[in-house]
Amino acid sequence: MDFITALLEDYTLRTVALGTALLGAVSGALGSFAVLRRQSLLGDAISHAALPGIGLAFLITGSKYPLILMIGAALTGWLATAAVMVVTSRSRIKYDSALGLVLSVFFGLGLVVLTFIQKLPDARQAGLDAFLFGQAASLIERDVVTMAFLGGVALLLLLVLWKEFKLLSFDLEFAQSLFLPVRALDLMLTTLLVMAIVIGLQTVGVVLMSALIVAPAAAARQWTDRLGIMVALSMIIGAGAGVAGSLLSTESSRLPTGPTIVLCVTAVMVVSLMVSPARGILWCRLRRRHRNRQLRQEALLLDLYALAGQHRDRFHAHDESVLIIMRATRASVRKPLTALAERGWVRSSGLAKWSLTQAGVEESQRLMRERAS
Amino acid sequence: MTGFQLEIQLTAIIVAAACALPGTFLVLRRMAMMSDAISHAVLPGIVVAFFLTGNLSSPLLIVGGTATGLLTVVLVEAMRRTRLVREDAAIGLVFPALFSIGVILIARFAGDVHLDIDAVLLGELAFVPFDRWVVAGVDLGPVGLYATGVVGAITGLFIALFYKELKLATFDAALCAMLGFMPTMLHYALMGLVSATAVVAFDAVGAILVIALMVGPPAAAYLLTDHLHRMIGLSIGLGATAAVAGYWVAHVLDASIAGSMASIIGLEFALVFAFAPHQGLFSSWHRRRLQRWEFARKMLVIHLLQHEGRPEAVRECRVDHLQDHLQWEREFAGHLIRQSELQGLITREGVYLHLTAKGRSIAQEAMVS
Repeated sequence: MDFITALLEDYTLRTVALGTALLGAVSGALGSFAVLRRQSLLGDAISHAALPGIGLAFLITGSKYPLILMIGAALTGWLATAAVMVVTSRSRIKYDSALGLVLSVFFGLGLVVLTFIQKLPDARQAGLDAFLFGQAASLIERDVVTMAFLGGVALLLLLVLWKEFKLLSFDLEFAQSLFLPVRALDLMLTTLLVMAIVIGLQTVGVVLMSALIVAPAAAARQWTDRLGIMVALSMIIGAGAGVAGSLLSTESSRLPTGPTIVLCVTAVMVVSLMVSPARGILWCRLRRRHRNRQLRQEALLLDLYALAGQHRDRFHAHDESVLIIMRATRASVRKPLTALAERGWVRSSGLAKWSLTQAGVEESQRLMRERAS
Repeated sequence: MTGFQLEIQLTAIIVAAACALPGTFLVLRRMAMMSDAISHAVLPGIVVAFFLTGNLSSPLLIVGGTATGLLTVVLVEAMRRTRLVREDAAIGLVFPALFSIGVILIARFAGDVHLDIDAVLLGELAFVPFDRWVVAGVDLGPVGLYATGVVGAITGLFIALFYKELKLATFDAALCAMLGFMPTMLHYALMGLVSATAVVAFDAVGAILVIALMVGPPAAAYLLTDHLHRMIGLSIGLGATAAVAGYWVAHVLDASIAGSMASIIGLEFALVFAFAPHQGLFSSWHRRRLQRWEFARKMLVIHLLQHEGRPEAVRECRVDHLQDHLQWEREFAGHLIRQSELQGLITREGVYLHLTAKGRSIAQEAMVS
């Protein structure tokens, strides 16, 4: 409770929370498309490739104004995706190699530029290092306004071209057959992804920004099969994890922001993978167990019915050992039989002997009909 | 050149060679991004091993790093197998999480010792000569040199011993499995070596340059040759060249050694990409141009052969008709005719074109094949 009042009253905290919520939401939205289009690792390449842009922008303009650094970052990030596209389309180099190469070479260039800047007799460069791992505490109002502006533009464009981007992501051939400008749209969506990444660099850092592209989207994907809901959920998860992580890291000076946000969003991801109702690992396992149990019970009931057919008295009691032999497995038959008894379909007639009830006979006949059809 | 400079360059060359060996297979198996994942994910293993031993040059660090490197491979595979996320997303989810754990562990518990985040990410090759291996008062050289040398030698030995199997697993995994060579085991062994290499290279050149050294030289070599053994050799050569050149560039610019090595690798790749003899941008452009001329020449002689000696030849075998019928530009057609005349395929008589014996045989041959 104290924390919430602190959040409402403390100006710095509010700025930080607002900024990280923003970047989480924007990267969540654009990340959804990246994940669906199997470009999860492109985000990693773009974010690493932003480093030389930041350095060069500072070197050329001498300014640390966020918009200028972001433009620099966006330019080299965009150049990196173009390089990946050219290398993969003009040679036999595969996508993964092109990504790895572009990522590391651009980052290396960035390091050269940064170390070069650090040697300059100019104190203003302090703080450029923060772009490696991010520093939420360094966010000030000016940064948040820039982020809001760029993020707002990106989200607006996403909304305007929603239908086209949806088609592009799910059915490229159909989009082509409608004479949509597929290449231009692809370029546009990639540019928006670059913008989303650039917005987060100051807070999360170039090294880990890719996680904020992939994880919220992958988590949201588990809860829904509809794109609109997925993007909305991904935005909420990204924003939530961003705020949680940045606040945790401002609480303790020994928690770097980027990694803390990444761990928050990874936690959401793992929980989603486990417990989402339709696809979650836990539910799937439970459902499979339930289904197996049901199948075992039905099989036993039908076995009893088949045995009963050998007698004039349909309610003749049979020994468990016979049922075990019929099942040809060593699995216990008592548990499923007890479950069947609870439903009133079989009756225990003393020592390990079981017989059908009237309801059980009817159920067996119903099952037989069902399986015959 | 001082002794220190020599040691730094020697270490850089050995790191480059040690990375190029497993890197070749990563590139060929389309798993280049696993080098990205593994080189980041070895961090928590190194940090935990460091906490346990309290010694930055303990071999246990290599064991710990290799363990988390392999853990990454296992986790990515497990996530992919649930079918809830695709492989690229699985890679993008696993390694940032592991790397974050490593960074937070360092920041919280080891901020004061010589294991800081920048060094981990960027490496500091220049510090390699300061950590020396001294036995009984005798200085045997920098520890980093030995560590990379040993891991590189083990990788080399593994590749030499299992060359045939690795080749088979890389180019035809199904056949490899069918013949009982256990591609999965080979895969994990290779990933283990990638992890161990990443750990020792980490200290010298940092996580990101490991990726550059593992992916860049093999990718460039892939454009230069179609033979696996030559590709490995070329990768080592390109990597070592970049190591030495990068060192001197960094020396001149007074900038990060790791960064300039990566930049030189980028430059090498760009040059190969543009000028490689068969796969390069220029040679394929040139080849396409040659093919265009070759094709046009064949079209011309076939066209002439079709109408030769027939009543319509007066109409069809004219220079200006080619422009309409074969839809060639005037300039192109003129150039083509001059060339074909020079090569003795056709003769020209006013506006009429006639096949020579040589042209006729080429046309007949082209139509058969």
